[in-house]
Amino acid sequence: MERESSGRYLGVVVGGSMARGVDVRLSPGAAVEEMALGQHVVIQGQSRRFYGVVTDIALEWSDESIRTNPPDTSNPLIAGVVASSAAYSTLRVLPMLAIEGDLAMIEGPTPARTVPPHFAPVRLASEEDVQVVFGAEDNRHFWVGSPLDMETRVCLDLEEFVTRSNGVFGKSGTGKSFLTRLLLAGILQKSAAVNLVFDMESEYGWMGTSEGTGMVKGIKQLFPSRVGVFSLDEDHSRRRGVSPDYLLRVGYNQIEPEDIDLLRENLNLSEVAADAAYSLARHYGQERWFRRFLDIGGAEMRELAAELNVNERALSTLHNRLSRFRRFDFITERESDESVEEILRYLDRGIHVVLEFGRYRHDLSAYMLVANLLTRRIHARYVRRKEEAMGDASREPRPLVITIEEAHRFLSREVASQTTFGNIAREMRKYNVTLLVVDQRPSGIDEEVMSQLGTKLVCLLDNERDVDAVTAGTYGARELRSVLSRLDSKQQSLVFGHSVPIPVVLRVRDYGTPDSYRELGFLEASEMRCQMERDADDLFGGRG
Amino acid sequence: MALGDNARVGEVVESSSTGFVAQSYRLYGAPHLGALVRTGGPYPAYGVVHEVATRGIDPSRRPTVRGEDEATEEDVYRSNPQLEHLLRTDFRAVIVGHVNGGETRYRLPPSPPPIYAFVHECPTAEAAAFSSSTDCLRLLAGSGVAALEEVVSAFLKHVVAAQSDPHAFLAGAGKQLAALFPGDFRTVESILLRAAP
Repeated sequence: MERESSGRYLGVVVGGSMARGVDVRLSPGAAVEEMALGQHVVIQGQSRRFYGVVTDIALEWSDESIRTNPPDTSNPLIAGVVASSAAYSTLRVLPMLAIEGDLAMIEGPTPARTVPPHFAPVRLASEEDVQVVFGAEDNRHFWVGSPLDMETRVCLDLEEFVTRSNGVFGKSGTGKSFLTRLLLAGILQKSAAVNLVFDMESEYGWMGTSEGTGMVKGIKQLFPSRVGVFSLDEDHSRRRGVSPDYLLRVGYNQIEPEDIDLLRENLNLSEVAADAAYSLARHYGQERWFRRFLDIGGAEMRELAAELNVNERALSTLHNRLSRFRRFDFITERESDESVEEILRYLDRGIHVVLEFGRYRHDLSAYMLVANLLTRRIHARYVRRKEEAMGDASREPRPLVITIEEAHRFLSREVASQTTFGNIAREMRKYNVTLLVVDQRPSGIDEEVMSQLGTKLVCLLDNERDVDAVTAGTYGARELRSVLSRLDSKQQSLVFGHSVPIPVVLRVRDYGTPDSYRELGFLEASEMRCQMERDADDLFGGRG
Repeated sequence: MALGDNARVGEVVESSSTGFVAQSYRLYGAPHLGALVRTGGPYPAYGVVHEVATRGIDPSRRPTVRGEDEATEEDVYRSNPQLEHLLRTDFRAVIVGHVNGGETRYRLPPSPPPIYAFVHECPTAEAAAFSSSTDCLRLLAGSGVAALEEVVSAFLKHVVAAQSDPHAFLAGAGKQLAALFPGDFRTVESILLRAAP
């Protein structure tokens, strides 16, 4: 075995099973202190290599008496001998992938379906191994970070990534936004899809905050010509020195009973009250019900209740709660679908759209109303266009990734079956629309939706129910759980699912330093000028 | 006893596949406990001395006291020069390897050393060469001779002096012993502590 050119030698396989992983006896030369849960190792079988993850580390002994009466380890001779014989350490390794001979470079690794034989040598995965498994950075693989103890770049296959809905989870303050911003930049850089970001806190488009480094550039700053910032609140945008590309408006006529249903919990409405919205829509017509209902006074309410055959109290509660919407300046009397059209025009040109909520960021109802309303309309367009294309790939709409925060509000058990978001998450890539859900309480998300998420990027989570929710149904879930609860609270993330071949704990790539911007393709003004001059030279010949 | 090359110390008087008894040429001239010896014969055998005994040549006649009127113990022998011929020193060795076709093997010989095969005490260089592999401990540790721990530590103490890196040698030997005495690290520990220079 070439121990020099590959990772450090650790020991040999001494037992185990496919279900619980193989046991590796650490050689005395490999210090147990230097091992870590989640580390990647390579096991050299006879005809193939196995790629696995360390899921447990244990101290073992072959002589019961040394537990009750430990030897004198102050004597270096005794300490050395005991450490290499009677007292030893073992690793539990879950074999995840098999790399078959030279074919690995062509076909890539395949899921492991057996275990390596007894006494197969085990070593730490080398940079080369990581590259074989995760792929080198190219026009579809985006570098997201490095394994904890290596400098190797771990890449996400973004083309695969955007074909399914994905999730970014983690407690608040553990780097969800940081990771999301990076993913958005990656999707942009690799042109894997177009993004529509419902940017609740205004941190993705223009200037975001990052714990530790202060302000960081948003994707509009990195890719000015490829990102459009839409805003609901012009004043807020201007105050931040941003001139939005489009001021978004929503008309009363566009609000549907389904939107109210989604907001039921938020508005504290009973089921009866929320259902009344459907009766109102039937009564007044889809376009007018909301405005007409808001104008109704106390006396008319009783008549209306009788007419619709709904409880008067429920109706008046609904009226009360919907009246809050009058405070939303972005809602106008009547709007055509111009806003939706404008977003679609941007998306069709491959320009990514970030919608900022400005002062409405603190009002979850506004966020949910707008996100749901727009997504429903955009999704409907996508469905129609996809069906019209009838399999003609050139006429199909560009793959779209919709980013939503506080996702459990849209995708909870109660509402997921009815909302557009729930549909998108379930139908996957069928209509070229997928979600990037960002959430801190994954246990609040419908299980069916969770199970459909392709790739999960999870920062530190310590609530047991949340941890259960993200790992449910994954191979090695129990082992992943122990890794998850030991993540660092900054810049570390466990990535698993569809677009990585094997779960991996990452130190997330830097974002926020000039070097990091440059690596993402951002050119400073002076560099931009040089580039333009070079381009001009290329185009028109040197000045000579 | 000073070791010289071909330090012949006695002859085999009783022999079996696993060990032999040799009579020392000189009274009290047997190699020390734990010493490495080699026999002659078609398959020269290496043995580790595990028992040394001196008694009368006629087992039916026990020696009687002779020194009541002598000032020192040496005087007893000086006054009774016949004692050198009436007493004998034997030593027992457990076979720990043999030479076959010029190669050292850490296994039992195909046939035991013949009676009257010469027994040499191995000089330093030969002891170092023989103990270069910790396999040399295998037959000894498995022999079940009396006071095994003592014999093993005496053997190690004997050969460790011949090593260029005594610490590494003992560490390697310790590992081998841990494998040979599984579940009994106490024994390994006590052997090593006694063998350490």
